[in-house]
Amino acid sequence: MKNTNTIPKKKFFSSGEGVNSYIIFFIALVSLTILSCSKKSNDNTTIDFWAMGAEGEFVQKLIPQFEKENPGIKVKVQMVPWTAAQEKLVTAYASDNSPDVYQLGNTWIPQFSALGAIEKLNSYVSHSSVVTKDKYFSGIWGTNEIGDEVFGIPWYIDTRILFYRKDVLAKAGYNSPPKTWEELYDCSRKIKAFLPADKYPIYIPTNEWAPFVIFGLQANAQLLKNSATYGNFSSPEFQKAFSFLINFIKEKLAPMSVSQVTNIYQAFAGEYLNMYISGPWNVNEFKKWMTGDLQTKWMTAPLPALSAKDYPGVSLAGGSSLVLSKHSKNKEAAWKFIEYLSTPEVQIELYHLINDLPAVKEAWSDSSLKGDMYLKAFYEQFEHVTATPKIPEWEQIVFSKLQQYAEFTARGVMTVDEAMKSMDNDVNKILEKRRWLLERDKK
Amino acid sequence: MKTNQTKALILFLGPALLAIFVFFFIPVVAAFVISFTDFDIYSLGNFANARFIGFNNYVQLFEDPLFWTALQNTFWFVILAGPLSVTVSLFAAILLNSKLIKYKGIFRLSYFMPVVTTLIAVAIVWRFIYHPRFGLLNYFLGFLHINPVDWLGDPVWAMPAIVLMSVWKNFGYNMIIFIAGLNNIPTDLYEAATIEGASWWQQFRNITLPMLVPTTIFISIITMIGYFQLFAEPYIMTQGGPLNKTLSIVQYMYQEGFRWWNMGYSAAIAFVLFFIIFIGTIIQTLIQKKLKHA
Repeated sequence: MKNTNTIPKKKFFSSGEGVNSYIIFFIALVSLTILSCSKKSNDNTTIDFWAMGAEGEFVQKLIPQFEKENPGIKVKVQMVPWTAAQEKLVTAYASDNSPDVYQLGNTWIPQFSALGAIEKLNSYVSHSSVVTKDKYFSGIWGTNEIGDEVFGIPWYIDTRILFYRKDVLAKAGYNSPPKTWEELYDCSRKIKAFLPADKYPIYIPTNEWAPFVIFGLQANAQLLKNSATYGNFSSPEFQKAFSFLINFIKEKLAPMSVSQVTNIYQAFAGEYLNMYISGPWNVNEFKKWMTGDLQTKWMTAPLPALSAKDYPGVSLAGGSSLVLSKHSKNKEAAWKFIEYLSTPEVQIELYHLINDLPAVKEAWSDSSLKGDMYLKAFYEQFEHVTATPKIPEWEQIVFSKLQQYAEFTARGVMTVDEAMKSMDNDVNKILEKRRWLLERDKK
Repeated sequence: MKTNQTKALILFLGPALLAIFVFFFIPVVAAFVISFTDFDIYSLGNFANARFIGFNNYVQLFEDPLFWTALQNTFWFVILAGPLSVTVSLFAAILLNSKLIKYKGIFRLSYFMPVVTTLIAVAIVWRFIYHPRFGLLNYFLGFLHINPVDWLGDPVWAMPAIVLMSVWKNFGYNMIIFIAGLNNIPTDLYEAATIEGASWWQQFRNITLPMLVPTTIFISIITMIGYFQLFAEPYIMTQGGPLNKTLSIVQYMYQEGFRWWNMGYSAAIAFVLFFIIFIGTIIQTLIQKKLKHA
């Protein structure tokens, strides 16, 4: 008190001495703020959580409950757009700024574990009563395992199934959706017979690799060989599946150009497209667009299989997982947060917020999920899902190569045989590094 | 005296040079070194996983059909869009400089508007214009009884469609520079020519064009460099498709580097691109130096 009194008030802003004291006052103020801040963080642990897209926006609403149940832990949510997510997370890792917990598309887990960015969760899971393997669909859980090591906990899940126009299929004599490849083809031909030339029975875009891989897996193709160090797309099994799908485009049962379909829902409403293999993110969009009369005219079904005895055919295990940063300083608190997001109640709440399908099976018995007729097919399909090869190069293989060769064959630039041989060539080049690493580590 | 001068030099140039050194020179050298390694996602986690592979990236690059496709596409784009952009902007500048035109400000503003508009918004609108079934362009072509073209979905038409959009988007910028160039031509030249009875075309050929040579050199080089770095237009409109016909070299570099994390390979692409632009610029300056002296 006395100190401040020694400074004459009128001189406060005027002369050199006054400015000096002003600076001292300012520094004192700043250091006080810093002090009070650091004091706060002594009581509290703050965990950083990065989530993508809609999750990043809505997960905020789940935080207050967690903070109430766990006094002393604060969660800071950072929203990251999907399109930039991988780039941002890798850069964050490279600059040592990874968040404590983050959402990761489950096909990205191999990359981030190769980076050494994410923590092995085996010991956490074995001590947990909330997160145990048997509470999840086994195919989905499998995408988070590399060897015996668990790197992520499924948060919400997706897979691809068949969306179809009930009325149009019925007109072709199909009162129930096709159950085999043969029926899928036959049904498409019958629909094409009464459709005008610019409308198509099915949509198989060449810029979506998933159906090609799914049908390959259904035909028992082994996509990569020699412990995933060489491509095996030219195998007769994969070629059979690949040409089966390309054939739809060649026979004009599916449109060739992707740019013609800017709005898939509008196309479905106008019968421009009548079958489409897609995921749960489209259920709500379909509900929004197929209104009035159309409301009852669409349905979902599990995927057809190569032969009737295998029905439903296998599909891909997709979705997002929660992972723990290896360099996090708050692993205990972060794991608590993962557990919180994995309780059935919170999983149901997330479904109510943004229709993310719960990864925890128990949550599916909630009436809002059980009562939705479009979700039934998803539940059935989740019992028949499998993971894609768990190597960091997988995304490059399918996005840059498989989609390219699908387009090349669909447009007749290459035959299926030529395309798959070049595909294997390209894949072998991409996997050269992986072969070298495995060889080196053996020594 | 001298020491004072050096002091002043260091004081004034130092900060800028330091910034250039840290944020430009070091990254360029680092990228050059990386282009001789197979730096990738494995190496990002552990440097021991990177190998020095000499010129392998460059050798691989020249054997990579996708690289040649991207290179071809980029050249095709530069050859189509470069001269078109320069001619259109020169034409617009001459029109706007004419004494006959009223409301010059409005025209200048509206031609310049696309330059300052966000490319993302522009590209989305143009995607609608190019839509095969509902697009405005096909609607107008319908009046001329031309069958609908799938502009962005057809391997032949996709690149011209992108050229059209890019030229529309940036001719306004060049136009403004041309207008400045036109204003710098002394009016007495035209007065003298008019007294001698020179026609409009003769004046244009013998006064306007020669006087605009320095401006044209500048615009051509800037446009060429910009167009060689074609990226955002195809990235948003076509993602490089159909049949990779709109994949540009920068897009390929971005994909390899930031999508698949093959940093070494991506850096090699960057240096090849640098070399191409470098040679292109030299050739252009040589040609136009000759024009100037001819």
